[in-house]
Amino acid sequence: MNALSSGLTVTGLRHAFGPHDVLADISFNLPRGRIGCLIGPSGCGKSTLLAMIGALAHPTHGHIHHDFRHPVFVFQDPCLLPWRNAADNIAFALKGSRIERRQHQQRACDLLRVVGLEPDDAGKFPHELSGGMRQRVALARALAVEPDLLLLDEPFSALDVGLRRQMQALVRRLISEHGLTALLVTHDLAEAVRMADRILVLTAKPARLAAGHDIARPFAQRDDGFVHAEVGRLLANPAIAAALAVEDMGHGEPT
Amino acid sequence: MTIPIGTAARGRALRALDYIWGGWGAAASLLLLVALWEAGHAAYGTLVLPSPRDSFVALWTMSAAGRVLPAVLETSANALGGFAAAALIGGILGAMAGASDMMRRLLQPIATLMLGIPAIAWVVLSLLWFGGTGLAVSFTVLVTTAPIVFAGSAQGVRTLDGALRRMAQAFRIPRPALVWDVYLPHMLSYLFPALATALALSWKVTVMAELLSGAGGIGDGLATARVQVDTVKAMAWVVMVVTLLLALEYLLLEPIRRHLQIWRREMPGGPPSSSGGF
Repeated sequence: MNALSSGLTVTGLRHAFGPHDVLADISFNLPRGRIGCLIGPSGCGKSTLLAMIGALAHPTHGHIHHDFRHPVFVFQDPCLLPWRNAADNIAFALKGSRIERRQHQQRACDLLRVVGLEPDDAGKFPHELSGGMRQRVALARALAVEPDLLLLDEPFSALDVGLRRQMQALVRRLISEHGLTALLVTHDLAEAVRMADRILVLTAKPARLAAGHDIARPFAQRDDGFVHAEVGRLLANPAIAAALAVEDMGHGEPT
Repeated sequence: MTIPIGTAARGRALRALDYIWGGWGAAASLLLLVALWEAGHAAYGTLVLPSPRDSFVALWTMSAAGRVLPAVLETSANALGGFAAAALIGGILGAMAGASDMMRRLLQPIATLMLGIPAIAWVVLSLLWFGGTGLAVSFTVLVTTAPIVFAGSAQGVRTLDGALRRMAQAFRIPRPALVWDVYLPHMLSYLFPALATALALSWKVTVMAELLSGAGGIGDGLATARVQVDTVKAMAWVVMVVTLLLALEYLLLEPIRRHLQIWRREMPGGPPSSSGGF
C-alpha cells in the first residue's frame, strides 16, 4: 500500500467460496483518471472482484487500497425500481446522500439530459422505457451521487450492437468530462480495446492475472480498423489467447 | 427543466373520469340481475322470492324506522375490528415467516390448519368462549381472515428481488428508505390482494356470526326475518349487505388497486388503460 499512489491498487487478492477458490493471487493498479477493463471468460470471478473493490464483498486474503470517496456501480441489469418513474429512480440514489430533498428532482431531471433522455421521460415507469433507455437511467442514477470511481459490471452486454456502441461512446464521454476513474468488466475484447486505457486479462476460475496491456492511442483515434488490428495483436499473445479460449467452449456460467 | 406536472394531473383526471364512466357497464350488469330476480319472483311467488320492488320498499321502511343504520354500523364495527386485528397479526407474522425459514416452518402449518377449520366451527367456539357479544364476532373474523393476510405477507417478503437489494446496498441507501422504496412497494403487490380478499370476507363472516350469536347487527336482523318467515325482510337485509360489499369494492378497494398498479399498466403495445372499467 503505497501512500503516494493515487488511484486503485489491488495486492495479492485471493478469495474462496467455501472450498472453491474463485480468485487466486490478483495484483494490479489503476491510476486515477484512467479506464481499466477486466476481461475474462464467463464465471471467472470478474464480478466478484468488482464487488470487492466496491466493498460489497470482502476478500479472504489480500488488500484493496484506493483513495476514491464515492465508488458507484452500474450493473448488467439496470436494477431500476419498477414502481418508481425514471426521475424518482435517479433520485433514489440520493437517499443516502446529504443533498437536500427538494433538490433531488431537479438533479434527476438534469441528469436525464446528460445521459441523452428527454424531459418527457422523467415521468415514465421502467416498463415504458426501452432496454437502452433503462440502462441510461441506471447510468444517470450512478452519476447522481457524483462518483469518482465508476464500477461497470457488463453494463452493455444486454444491449444490441448499435445501442452498445452508443452507450460505450456516452460512457467514455461522461468519464472524460467528469474526470472519473472507471473499471469495466466485460467478456468482449473489442469492447475492452474500444474503452480501456489498461486491459487486465483474467484466466478461468480460479482467476489469476494472465496479462496486462496498456493502450496509449486516444479514444478519438480508435476506429474499427484499429480495434480489429489491436484485438488480433492481443490474441496473438499466447497467455491472452489461452485465458479467453475457454469462452469458445460455451460454458455459459453466469459471472 | 421540470417534470411535466400538467400532463400527469391530466392523466390522473382522465383515469378518474374513465373509471366513473365505466360505472355504466356495472349498472347495466346489476340491472340485468334485478330483471332476472323479477322474473324469478313472477315464476315462484312472494313467499319464495319477493319482488325487487317489495324488498327495496321494505328496506326503505326499516331504514325510516331507524333499524338499518344502527345494524349496519354495528356489523361494520365488528367486521373492521376483526379485520384490523387480522391485518396486523397476519401481516407481522407473515413478514416474519417470509424473512426466516425457521419461522416459516413453524408458522405455515398453523396457518394452513386455521384456514382449514370452517368459519362456522369458529363461530361455535367463539360463542362458547366469549358469549353472544361483538367480541365473539370480531374474534371469528380475526381467525378466519388472518391466515389469508399471513400468506400474502409471507409471499411478499419471500419474493423480494435480490438484485434490487444489492443495488440499494451498493448505493448505501439508509434502512428507512430501503423499507419505503424497495420492500414496501414490492410487498404491497402481494399484500394488497390478500387484504382486499380478507376485508370482503370479514363482512360475510360477520353477518354469519351475528346470525348465529344474536349479537346484533345485520345478521341479527336476518335471524329475526327467518324466525318470522318474512322473506321480504330477509331479502331487504341481503340487499343491504350486497350494497355494502359493492360500495366497499368500488369506492374503496378498486380505486386503491388502480392507484397501486399505475406502474404496471400501459405496457408498450398493450391495451390502453381505458380497457379496464368495472
